Amino acid sequence: MSPELQSPPLAQPRAPGDVRTEEMLLNIGPQHPSTHGVFRVVVQTDGEIVLDSEPHIGYLHRCFEKIAESVDYLKVTPYTDRLDYLASMCNNLGYCLTVEKLMGLQIPRRATRLRMIVAELNRVASHLLAFGTYGMDSGAITPFLHAFRDREAILKLFEIICGQRLNYNYVRIGGLAEDAPPRWLDQVAAFVDFFEPKIDEYDALLSYNGIFIKRAANIGVLPAATAISWGCTGPVLRGSGVRRDIRKDEPYLEYDKVEFDVPIGRGEVGTLGDCWDRYMVRVREMREACKIVRQVLKDVPEGPVMAPEAKKVLRPPKGEVYYRIENPRGELGFYVVSDGKDKAVRIKCRSPAFCNLSVLREIAHGCMLADMIMIIGSIDFVMGEVDR
Amino acid sequence: MPPTAPPVNPANQNQDLLTKDTILLTTVEDFVNWCRRSSVWPLTFGLACCAIEMMAVGATKFDIDRFGSGPFRGTPRQADLMIVAGTVTHKMAPRVKRLYDQMAEPKYVIAMGACTIGGGPYWKYGYHVVKGVDLVIPVDVHVVGCPPRPEALLEGVFKIQDLMKREKLLDRLRTYHKRETYKGAGNAAMPAPGTPGR
Amino acid sequence: MTRAEAHAAILAKFPDAIVRDGREGKEAGDPYLVVKAERLHDVVKWMKEDPGMRFEVLQCLSGVDYGKDLASVYHLDSWTNKVTVCLRVELPREKPEVASITDLYGAADWHEREAYDLLGITYTGHPKLVRILCAEDWVGYPLRKDYVFPKEYHGIKNDL
Ligand code: SF4
Repeated sequence: MSPELQSPPLAQPRAPGDVRTEEMLLNIGPQHPSTHGVFRVVVQTDGEIVLDSEPHIGYLHRCFEKIAESVDYLKVTPYTDRLDYLASMCNNLGYCLTVEKLMGLQIPRRATRLRMIVAELNRVASHLLAFGTYGMDSGAITPFLHAFRDREAILKLFEIICGQRLNYNYVRIGGLAEDAPPRWLDQVAAFVDFFEPKIDEYDALLSYNGIFIKRAANIGVLPAATAISWGCTGPVLRGSGVRRDIRKDEPYLEYDKVEFDVPIGRGEVGTLGDCWDRYMVRVREMREACKIVRQVLKDVPEGPVMAPEAKKVLRPPKGEVYYRIENPRGELGFYVVSDGKDKAVRIKCRSPAFCNLSVLREIAHGCMLADMIMIIGSIDFVMGEVDR
Repeated sequence: MPPTAPPVNPANQNQDLLTKDTILLTTVEDFVNWCRRSSVWPLTFGLACCAIEMMAVGATKFDIDRFGSGPFRGTPRQADLMIVAGTVTHKMAPRVKRLYDQMAEPKYVIAMGACTIGGGPYWKYGYHVVKGVDLVIPVDVHVVGCPPRPEALLEGVFKIQDLMKREKLLDRLRTYHKRETYKGAGNAAMPAPGTPGR
Repeated sequence: MTRAEAHAAILAKFPDAIVRDGREGKEAGDPYLVVKAERLHDVVKWMKEDPGMRFEVLQCLSGVDYGKDLASVYHLDSWTNKVTVCLRVELPREKPEVASITDLYGAADWHEREAYDLLGITYTGHPKLVRILCAEDWVGYPLRKDYVFPKEYHGIKNDL
């Protein structure tokens, strides 16, 4: 364990009766079954209590930003897929919308509606994985198996439209790679009908399970002010009771035309902003996503799915643009600087998990070591996106 | 015409009533290999996108449990098989190497996905990506795809089982020495430049 | 509040700190303000604390290599007033140095470390300015335009 913690040790909380404990530096990761990827955190403990923790990231730094400025605009989408590989559709969408904004491209309406469907389905798939692995972190294996069973159904739908189970590269600049085959929309509708009752099953299985509540409630409380200062977004922020959702606040695509709620944490079983609240926001968002998909399905016009201007080499005009969308994990922003050539000067990805993870040190201070795993799980980050 | 079984030499038949039809004869080697290949325990070692597909293999639909490889172990010391699922970066490479060293012999490695085979999509501009995990540890089976489908990974596990089936106990020593060349070369548990393997 | 109003308010408060208003150029995309490096901290502090501005969120901090100069770009958000403002600080290539804003926004911590790691911009006053993404002993700043890819790293060949 080479790098020492920089910050001075904090005042030592002493157990009643002043049991002498020893301070210890403990290394969790980068290969640890519950760190959700190659993430390492060095924890300074006093007995069982976490005094300080220092996250170390970068074990999956795959040079996205260098690649993005070395290849031309159209070729970046496969790499945006691989940023947050649990929500590839949303990532592509974020990047494509940014470049489209810079170029002023108009997207056919069918493409817009289909984009909304795939983005919401991907949100469900991503939250399902978060749900399953969070169950696993708390010691329950069964939810994981249930979640993956239902996630496979979504992957099947995606496979039909783009042939991949992961890293779809389906949303492209100017529209979509392919039109959805006939009857795909019916399959989506059938899936939503199949899936919505399952959420009740999940609630019964995990959310309101007494043991799970004992493990997740009152643990890792994140106050709203801290969350805002550290740039947290998505379920991590909403779990703290802040109603902030880009889909509502700065609607993109046609989110202003659909009705949905933004679930926030309310501290039902514990303190506001604890692990359970963050977890529950995700479960409730799955319901909302189903609601959105249902509404979008009612009106998907026929027509092309690709803007005709977008098929050649793209040369966006000189300028810079920042645009963001609501990823399953929070606000995904892309900052694109163009100098009028076919390659970008700079593409910066403001990834939600990067900011959400940086708050870990604030949350984890003073918790028990065993709760550390619950806290890490409740943030639900994807290292591909943190490290880029 | 259905094939008929060749006539059995009565001298070879088991005449003992007690053990008749209940004893199978085999070599120690075959027996050991059969045991081992029926329960290959992989290490939980997810690095990137491919790890999600590896989870899918362990989950409901594909269910690697059917082939005896269900228990994904949290520690390398209990694992026989390392599935390197995802991109290995320069920062991660020493850790990969160390985990490999911590596994008990005999050990096997599956390189899953384009990234571990040769850098994959990050081959050209990925300054921080190791261009193939076999620069760091020896690989037995490569599974192609980006990401490989779960069926492909299952096939990779079968290939490992085939390897185990053919294994000669005495050869173990030789393979061990082959692996020895990777060991101890370079500090920070890194291989010397130009190690064999690609 | 619109973005133009926010710009006008900043220009009125700090007429000497703003080098140029990006809206004046004929560029596509978002408008931005170019701020003098030594005044950046004051501007951001005022934007955060002034009751009329209330920019409570640092949305994004990116280092950019424009080829000639480096820059550090800040996207600040006011959720109360529903406006985003983009500030840019241009820094000379030889000595890119700007004051850290970690004391104002927690989010700046990792973002500044990242810009330091990938572009070599020094944020004075940052509590722990070390590499965050690349390995600790990595050589060079990868996102600079003149970056040369390493031939090998710790014995692992990189140019196959
Ligand atoms: S091979 Fe493809 S899917 Fe697998 S880790 Fe590499 S980029 Fe991800």
